[in-house]
Amino acid sequence: MSWAEMQPLLWQGVIDTVYMVAWSTLVAVLVGLPIGVLLVLTERGGLLRNAVVNKVLGAIVNVGRSLPFIILMIALIPVTRALVGTFIGPSAAIVPLAIGAIPFFARLVETAVREVDGGLVEAVQSMGGGAPTIVFKALLPQSLPSLVAGLTTTVIVLISYSAMAGAISGGGLGAVALQYGYQRFETGVMLATVAALIVIVTLVQLLGDAVVRFLTRRERSSAA
Amino acid sequence: MITTKDLTKVYRTRDREITALDGVDLHVNEGEVFGVVGQSGAGKSSLIRCVNLLERPTSGTVTVDGEDLTALAGKRSRAGRELRAARSRIGMVFQHFNLLSSRTVRGNVELPLEILGYSGQQRRSKALELLDLVGLSEKARAYPAQLSGGQKQRVGIARALAGDPKVLLSDEATSALDPETTRSVLQLLRDLNRKLGLTVLLITHEMDVVKSVCDSAALMKNGRFTESGTVSELLATPGSELAGELFPVGGGSSGDDRTVVDVTFHGGTATEPVVSKLSRTYNIDVSILGAAMDTVGGKQVGRMRIALPGGFDDNVVPIGYLREQGLTVTVVDGPEPASVLSGASVQGPDAEERPATGAESSEEGRR
Repeated sequence: MSWAEMQPLLWQGVIDTVYMVAWSTLVAVLVGLPIGVLLVLTERGGLLRNAVVNKVLGAIVNVGRSLPFIILMIALIPVTRALVGTFIGPSAAIVPLAIGAIPFFARLVETAVREVDGGLVEAVQSMGGGAPTIVFKALLPQSLPSLVAGLTTTVIVLISYSAMAGAISGGGLGAVALQYGYQRFETGVMLATVAALIVIVTLVQLLGDAVVRFLTRRERSSAA
Repeated sequence: MITTKDLTKVYRTRDREITALDGVDLHVNEGEVFGVVGQSGAGKSSLIRCVNLLERPTSGTVTVDGEDLTALAGKRSRAGRELRAARSRIGMVFQHFNLLSSRTVRGNVELPLEILGYSGQQRRSKALELLDLVGLSEKARAYPAQLSGGQKQRVGIARALAGDPKVLLSDEATSALDPETTRSVLQLLRDLNRKLGLTVLLITHEMDVVKSVCDSAALMKNGRFTESGTVSELLATPGSELAGELFPVGGGSSGDDRTVVDVTFHGGTATEPVVSKLSRTYNIDVSILGAAMDTVGGKQVGRMRIALPGGFDDNVVPIGYLREQGLTVTVVDGPEPASVLSGASVQGPDAEERPATGAESSEEGRR
């Protein structure tokens, strides 16, 4: 297969991959962030201590984290079909990707938020701040660099999941690699897909690192 | 201004109970600086945290500016709106500053103003005003990481003052600072106390802090106040451990040929040349063996150990003269009747020169 033939295939693969990853990341952040924060707030000695909520959320996250993605994806086919109408194609892949990434990101959020010094929470409390104030003015801003680092990791994991999802439900670089590179013995396509994935992952990592550096520059600066 | 009645705090862990506060009756008057001193583990931290109910007392009441905070808190574990409003009227500064590293100095001072619902313009001008008050206006745009410890604590103080509190709680605010910075931060607290009529409750393990800024003090041990009162009251109390720690004097005891007495000045008389008058009036040679004098709350207070020639019987009249001047006089190891001497034994040189930590930690060791 010539490069001219390969190019539109690859390009479409990249676009599908970015599409799947972008939407599933968005959903993972919107759902995973509150879950992660709630895990910290509801734990014993936390601001909104609530053993029931904590146990239930923790159990959901653990189950989600322990299922291999490929099994999750197959198990979710009925859900996907109900939500999207089909389980084939990049849009359908977003459902299992997002659901797989939510518990993953939630755990990273939990770790990041727990690292925030309890003294800051106490300080905001002493000013008369309630739980929402503490979350939005202290916990989240203070853990932002770790949250961004966690987001970077999540995006990269989603890229690799998306290749798996693509291979099964058709779409993205995973599908290109499977259908052309493997089933049609096009080694060139296979190598090009691998190269494209490496480039995407590297770019995401570099971007994430740059943002983290930008966010921490002022916190690390030494005494003037 | 701040009153606690029979305050107790018990921490329950799975297998045991720890009593941090064991019936504390605290009374801080309006406009005074009150220091609670004690070893770590004595319960000071629990006490100050119970005052704005960051920790719920197990029993007892806390009243700040006439408002019963324990009643506001109710039984819920979460702070309700009334309690949060009350807290916003109580400033608090912390040992480790607890500034948000993600915000500038101004942003940190604006935080409580955001909670109070000020508009952007109001926050800005109020924050700059407060930073000016603590002498940090030129650092408004810096981040906490760019400041020294003393500067960080000034930001913490500016932040604590944002809600125009009548009461400031200081939780070991100077314990992470070097001696010089400590002095300047304490000076700032004292200035604010005078300028704004701010009532300050501070906890510390450093006697110097009490000595330099406090009007009143309490000594805390095992969750209880063992002594409490104004600094001059404490000084006037024979055998007061706090007074001994605050104003240690050393230097010999009475013998056959001399009478050693401790003279305690509690404000007012220190400016009078009492010793030289004594010497002239009775024509005796007075030698000063040791002295610890200071200006506390604008009054000169302290203790002085002097030796008078001759035995106790020869010095009844001069000692009477000193007492007439309003001074507390105790004879060190003299033959004065024991009832008058109640405080003398603890004031022996050994007891005084031993550092406070050594004396108390050995006691803890025995427990």
